[in-house]
Amino acid sequence: MGERAKDDAMKHRKANLEPLEPDADKPENQDSMSRPAATPHKPEARLGREVQARIGQQLRAMYNDVVNQGVPEHLANLVRRLSDQDQN
Amino acid sequence: MKLDPAIRDQVLGTVPSLRAFAISLCGNIDRADDLVQETLLRALAHIDSFEPGTNMPAWLFTILRNLFRSEYRKRRREVEDADGRYAETLKSHPEQTGRVEFEEFSAALAKLPSDQREALILVGASGFSYDDAAAICGCAVGTIKSRVNRARTRLADLLAIDSVDDFGPDRATRAVLAGGGRN
Repeated sequence: MGERAKDDAMKHRKANLEPLEPDADKPENQDSMSRPAATPHKPEARLGREVQARIGQQLRAMYNDVVNQGVPEHLANLVRRLSDQDQN
Repeated sequence: MKLDPAIRDQVLGTVPSLRAFAISLCGNIDRADDLVQETLLRALAHIDSFEPGTNMPAWLFTILRNLFRSEYRKRRREVEDADGRYAETLKSHPEQTGRVEFEEFSAALAKLPSDQREALILVGASGFSYDDAAAICGCAVGTIKSRVNRARTRLADLLAIDSVDDFGPDRATRAVLAGGGRN
């Protein structure tokens, strides 16, 4: 590709927000190949994954609600005080 | 010799998730903070037995769990009353879920046998590998996998989630949530 052609391609890309080239080098079956063959794509299995995704999401939301409270001051002070003492 | 500030910061950095784990074990925020405090005292007194470069969160979680098992087991009856207390311990429910849904979920979680709840939290919320979770709980990896599977199945039953429609239509929100939040 010459410089001129590249420039034109960049302009085209900017205007249309399209990639310069399609991702032709990615095999379409990559994802399904990496899955265990034993996972059937039955409706129940799909539902099971949906349910489990939902449970995981709620679990993390609950857990992260506490995590996001950070370090309570008395615990931070405790760690700093003990860290500054001489270690054996 | 004072403690290496890098090690101290690793300890401090683990405190938020230690608290979340402790609350899931105790079902009570005050007791959980006592447990975290005891864990920190114990850990810093034995910091020489921590090998720098290894997994600090796993080390601290192991100490906390052992303390809980040995010292808090005697209060078992109270702890097992803890139906839905996780919800009460929080100042506000996570914004991502509806209030009713959140309360139902925390009540269902409290009904799980403690070994299953613990395994599910470690793997599903704390983000530990099955191997790390097994090391923390002092059991085989297969045991952790089995507990997590039973916990998930039981939760789905308790929540009577039998239709995708129960989740509501907000797929965009769910997609955003599914993309983040793991520590």
